[in-house]
Amino acid sequence: MNDFTFVKAQTTTGAITAVAREWGARYVAGGTNILDLMKDAVEAPPMLVDINALPLREIEWQQDRFVVGALARMSDVAGDPQLRGAFPAIAIALDESASPQLRNMASIGGNVLQRTRCAYFRDPATPCNKRDPGSGCGAIGGENRRMAVLGTSEHCIATHASDLAVALAAFDARIEVVGTRGTREIPVGEFYRLPGSTPQMETRLAPGELITAVIVPALSYSRRSTYLKVRDRAEYEFALASAAVAVDVANGTIREARVALGGIATVPWRSPEAERALAGAPAERASFERAAEAALTGARGYGENDYKIVLAKRTLVRALEMVTAP
Amino acid sequence: MNVPVLGAARSRVEGPEKVTGRVRYTADYAPEDALHAVVVTSTAANARIAEIDERLALEVPSVVTILTHRNAPRVDARKQGPTSTLLFLLQNDVVQFDRQPVAVVIARTLEQAAEAADRIRVSYRAETPQTDLDAAPVAPVETIFGQPGTHARGNPDAPLPAGSVSVRQTYRTPTEHHNPMETHATIARWDSEGLTLWDSTQWAFGVRERMAQVFGIDPSRVRVIAPYVGGAFGSKGTPWSHVALAAMASKVTNRPVKLVVTRPQMFGFVGHRPKTEQRVELAAARDGALIVVKHVCQNETSIADEFVEPCGVFSRDLYAVPNYFMSHRLRRLNVSKPTYQRGPGESTGSFAMESAMDELAYALAIDPLELRLRNYSEVQPNNGKPYSGKCLRECYALAAERFGWSARNPAPRSTVRGRMLVGTGMATASRATHRSGSHARIRIDRAGEVTVAVGTIEQGTGSPTVFAQVAAEILGVPFERVRFLWGDTDLPQAPLAAGSQTAASVGSAVAAAAQALRRSLDELGGSIPNDGLEIVHAEEPPESEEAYATQAFGAHFAEVEVDPDLGTVRVTRFVGAFDGGRILNEKTARSQLLGGVVWGISMALFEQTRYDRRTARIMNANLSEYLVPTNADVPNAELLLVSDDDRHANPIGVRGIGEVGICGSGAAVANAVYHATGVRVRDLPITPEKLLAQA
Repeated sequence: MNDFTFVKAQTTTGAITAVAREWGARYVAGGTNILDLMKDAVEAPPMLVDINALPLREIEWQQDRFVVGALARMSDVAGDPQLRGAFPAIAIALDESASPQLRNMASIGGNVLQRTRCAYFRDPATPCNKRDPGSGCGAIGGENRRMAVLGTSEHCIATHASDLAVALAAFDARIEVVGTRGTREIPVGEFYRLPGSTPQMETRLAPGELITAVIVPALSYSRRSTYLKVRDRAEYEFALASAAVAVDVANGTIREARVALGGIATVPWRSPEAERALAGAPAERASFERAAEAALTGARGYGENDYKIVLAKRTLVRALEMVTAP
Repeated sequence: MNVPVLGAARSRVEGPEKVTGRVRYTADYAPEDALHAVVVTSTAANARIAEIDERLALEVPSVVTILTHRNAPRVDARKQGPTSTLLFLLQNDVVQFDRQPVAVVIARTLEQAAEAADRIRVSYRAETPQTDLDAAPVAPVETIFGQPGTHARGNPDAPLPAGSVSVRQTYRTPTEHHNPMETHATIARWDSEGLTLWDSTQWAFGVRERMAQVFGIDPSRVRVIAPYVGGAFGSKGTPWSHVALAAMASKVTNRPVKLVVTRPQMFGFVGHRPKTEQRVELAAARDGALIVVKHVCQNETSIADEFVEPCGVFSRDLYAVPNYFMSHRLRRLNVSKPTYQRGPGESTGSFAMESAMDELAYALAIDPLELRLRNYSEVQPNNGKPYSGKCLRECYALAAERFGWSARNPAPRSTVRGRMLVGTGMATASRATHRSGSHARIRIDRAGEVTVAVGTIEQGTGSPTVFAQVAAEILGVPFERVRFLWGDTDLPQAPLAAGSQTAASVGSAVAAAAQALRRSLDELGGSIPNDGLEIVHAEEPPESEEAYATQAFGAHFAEVEVDPDLGTVRVTRFVGAFDGGRILNEKTARSQLLGGVVWGISMALFEQTRYDRRTARIMNANLSEYLVPTNADVPNAELLLVSDDDRHANPIGVRGIGEVGICGSGAAVANAVYHATGVRVRDLPITPEKLLAQA
């Protein structure tokens, strides 16, 4: 790990100013991601600005929205009884992430910014366009069992790692950020960039902007939601495929649905195609299968990860079955 | 007095210290003025080193020196014999595998040594590495554990009688890395006496011999201290390159040096279980009696070394079959040297053989347990020797009953629980056990406190507890008055703590020493001299023991639930019964067996080292993507001990149980998956995509 300066920020303005002054400086909260990457020599920031003292840990209902402070720990949010009741998909996505130790440390703001687990990204001895633009993509033609089948490009097929962000995408959550030019909110659906020819650019955050909160707007049927995560072992593993779904069902017919997929795409993958296929359809397996086909239209396997196309469809069908079961 | 201490389910004496974090492992020792060494490993797998640029590394404060092949002292890295290991000690520019040591950075702090190591730029003249088992050059197999690698009995190629039923299949197991919780670590210190090493090892005396050779000094000038070892599983059986590199670093700097292998390096130069490919052919009469078994095995080995994973031993030594053939072949890949890993041969071999037996049972429409019983061997089928003890029949019966095996509907996909397909499977456990010579010293002081000392090691198996129990039982003193000392070449000599042999080997030596002490005390009329009484005993297994075959046995029964849509498998129930001869401590014994069963589950469902086939680079060298079971993946296993009084194995009647738990347990899980789904996966691990592809 490189030598770096460690600064403890006392105020949000102080944190932003500190990062703005030092090129390459990074915020650190729980440290479960950035420190890993520094140890693996994937990142080498000259300065870390510790934001843990900032007053950003509150979780609160505000009229018609749920506001989660960026420094709330994953375990804080997962354990919030109101959130568990109102947004089961979010609570489950958190429960199924990482390990209890990591969830006790990792912040919500850090979670939505976590970097991919792509083995090539994490190994500086191999080519990776995300880590080292222009060096090539090691995963294409290499070890790609865990890689993405949606949203890929010839430059990058790395899977987005966050479970939480998939659930947030389904609920049209917004990311509140603050920078030297003030505060703004970015919808999760616009927050992440597809890799395209610039896989190193992952989000719409401007340099130095700090996430201060995640805002989840109320949804009349959010209680009828779930998150299904499929993986090799029962705990402590990133998704092979996952689905966050919410449905509004009346008299056996789906009025409206929210669908997002994880573990299979380069960004948290909201699927308007699946949602359109479900709207107005009977709440039955055949409809779910049509939605799954629609969601995976255009998916492309790279050999070892071909199975994900089938697995993702079945994961979505199962999630919809779970959430529509009487 | 006369409280039965042997066999009792006694908690390990160091347990409280371990769970409260007070036990010191090698890396916890910090000699004053010690330097830190960090190994730089290769990123190419078949190359010559073109250039090593150290400039950026030397800018890091506190770096003392950097060793590379250009400046490292010349030492003797050669193999000592055909089964020995070539060490990679910076003697030349040749790179033969991913993560081979190519430099060592020595600095005053660990952090600075690590940062400097990251800054070293090594460029290579690389060639395409060999990663294809089928295309790789064949290396010779001389012997496996001193026995022929190819073996036949009867007439395995005779035409099969009409009406016989055959199974011919190929089974594959992947590269697996041991990954003990405690990574390898060495502290080296040279002084006028010679070399002192603190090392996480399964054999302090082996380390001493090898380091004496490497540095050209008499073994008496090398002392090896092996503190608590946080798991080893074979990976610490013989010293790897880092032990000598630590000693080299200490010699060059004239300071004590601590070298801790990192987790990613645990996938590099400290051994692994080789990838295997096993062709199994079985033929049986309609009544299930085996006519012929053939087990043709090959495994990867490295460019410089030959390691045979003796898969065939399992089928050779188990069932009563008149015609048998076994062979082993090696293929050289650009990988590091494979080595022993818990149940070498019998774990991988049992997956193939016991899967094939399950396939044969289905082909014959005979219950899988009944098929095993019909081929039960009362003598060791390979050499005809009587077993020192064998309660396998009782194991089958007890475990089957506890599991409820008789209620099983054998038809695949016949049992459903909610959405889940439920399957059950069974397999036989068998593992040859050994015994080697060991010395022991025992001393009783005036106050009646007993100290037993053997230079064996403690790797989590419970040695200090169990050997104190042996001595207490024989001397008739309370357990609490016996203290066991271990982990130092200054103590009496002990054999390699591997091959399920420590209980038998060290236990027999401790027992003999305790008996000798007891006789001496009796001669003194029971009174202890003022300066105490001490016995040093050298125990060698007599030739008479070779008249018997010693094997540990068992029966595994597993239940799995498989999600038919998603391909995920969870083990929901496990029952095993085991015969390891006399049980010295019911609690530590059961822990050993449970550990073995968990390893079998892991082998069946999770473990696999994944290489980039183009570069031979390991792409999951971490515990996030190299999967081992979590607690949630392990069911409440019911493990039963079927103890007999083994009068022939050795003086204390034990057959080792450290490995028998992994032998067959993977096959039981695989067979249960077949029963659940109708899909036979012959290529481990059984991951969702393999079930989805065939469902």
